[in-house]
Amino acid sequence: MSKQRIHWPAVSLIAPAVIALLAIGLYPLLFALDVSLRQYQLSKPYLGTDFVGLQNYLAVFNDPLFWQSLLRTAQFFALTVPAQVVLGALIALFIESLPWRLISFLMRVLLVVPIAITPTVVGLIGRLLFNRDFGFINYLLSLLQIPPVPWLGEPVPAMLTIALVDIWQWTPFVALVMISGLTLISQEVLESGELDAGRGWHFFWKVQAPYLLPGLTAVLILRTADILKLFDVVFVLTRGGPGVSTELVSVYIQRVGFRVFDMGVASAQAILLLILCIALSRVYIRLFYREIES
Amino acid sequence: MSVLAQTALLRRRAARRRSLAAAWKMVGAAALAIAFLLPVYWMLTTALKTTADTFAVPPVLIFQPTLEHFRGVYEEGSVARSLVNSLIVAASATLLSVVIGAPAAYVLARFRFRGKSDLWFWIISNRFISPIVVALPFFLIARDLRILDRHIALILVYLTFGVPLVVWLCVDQFRAVPREVDEAATVDGANIWQVFLRINLPLAMPGIVVSAILAFIASWNELLFALVLTRSEARTAPVEAANFMTGFGIRWGPMMATGTLIVLPVVVFAISVSRSLVRGLTMGAIK
Repeated sequence: MSKQRIHWPAVSLIAPAVIALLAIGLYPLLFALDVSLRQYQLSKPYLGTDFVGLQNYLAVFNDPLFWQSLLRTAQFFALTVPAQVVLGALIALFIESLPWRLISFLMRVLLVVPIAITPTVVGLIGRLLFNRDFGFINYLLSLLQIPPVPWLGEPVPAMLTIALVDIWQWTPFVALVMISGLTLISQEVLESGELDAGRGWHFFWKVQAPYLLPGLTAVLILRTADILKLFDVVFVLTRGGPGVSTELVSVYIQRVGFRVFDMGVASAQAILLLILCIALSRVYIRLFYREIES
Repeated sequence: MSVLAQTALLRRRAARRRSLAAAWKMVGAAALAIAFLLPVYWMLTTALKTTADTFAVPPVLIFQPTLEHFRGVYEEGSVARSLVNSLIVAASATLLSVVIGAPAAYVLARFRFRGKSDLWFWIISNRFISPIVVALPFFLIARDLRILDRHIALILVYLTFGVPLVVWLCVDQFRAVPREVDEAATVDGANIWQVFLRINLPLAMPGIVVSAILAFIASWNELLFALVLTRSEARTAPVEAANFMTGFGIRWGPMMATGTLIVLPVVVFAISVSRSLVRGLTMGAIK
């Protein structure tokens, strides 16, 4: 092995990114770590910001609301992601099977729309459609003789509403990923598969499913990260309510930090969430992404 | 019946079955289109309905459209200002992300050095960190720097997802540029900046454009950071929209008019570049 020389011109190309991410990515995290070890009540500055050791962390460990919010986030994942995967795969298979090129192209364009829409506005539209008194959803139910559901007024329906909105917005993404997997199947494989298995269930498992698998893992990675981040739609639809019934972890931490103004405890929660994010992304990226080693 | 007539009959049946399947597929496509577009349509029509029509049960499908809500929103001024803020913040953050991220992606794609995969991982992992983790300390830092409620605070914090996005998508793009091109240029006496700017950048433009589009949409749509870091002066459009939910009595018409104004540009933008957008969204997912 030859002695490594530092290639300064290359360093000058990559340095801005590294410096920027150190300053705005890493430094705030270290700052949060420091705050998490202090008493830090924004609304009571007279208390000072004394070092309190692990006291905030102890408070978090003993805070059932924090663990409930994590559990709720996991429930939300279970409520949305399987539905998105199944529906996304069905939509992908359907669009791939369309015999008209123009329509299949238009469908793909259509799938981009929900993904691009500002989640905050998606939440507002949800408020409108799921309104108890004049919302379109309850109107549809009334056609089936079902009495109006207080979608956003009760815990379980509220969670379902957020899940439905999330499914609406992100199923198209899953479908697009799956479509791009399906388009990788070569014509020969398709034809020989059709000869062996005909069209239908068997054909799906033998020929198409293997091409959906890599996309599926990517979807799981991205959806996990997104759901741990999920804030805007919940904030607009329910603010975490009624009570705390839809308070997912990001929403809860935001409340502790910016409505209870306990920065110390909120930072401790954030650091724990960070550890969770890093652990999950490490596992995921190491497992599923090829690294750059050329 | 002759064999000929029999095959003709079978063929006709098969054709009928095929056209029946086609009809069902048409129905399916229409149903999908309705399912995904109905909420958008509802937003648009509510923005154009009178308040009385909005509350009508059963919902009125045919109505006299009015521009009163759009006019009201325009006259109030705060929505227009928030849209301008959003544009300033999203455009600046996107530009900075590309300027910072593209050269880094080039180096990661071209050079071999110790700790490279760790560096790559660290840059990418910023995408996986929940924004609330950064928002808490960033609020305190911005407060100390006195940049709360200023564009610069948001522009800087949006780099935490802009730069990783650009690096992620552009590394692939630069690797697709043949190494020989670089070597030939170096032999001709070009330095690394020239090789990057004059040769690689133009060749990698499609990937850069895709990553810029995604970074712009993500910045335009962002709520949490904007909620925490702005009050009035630098308030962006999503915050403005979320504010309709506070206070007594929701003003549905103005709220949906505002929503339309926020969503329309990104949706038109996204549709017009949908092909490359899909590529960007699914890139890396199916390697």
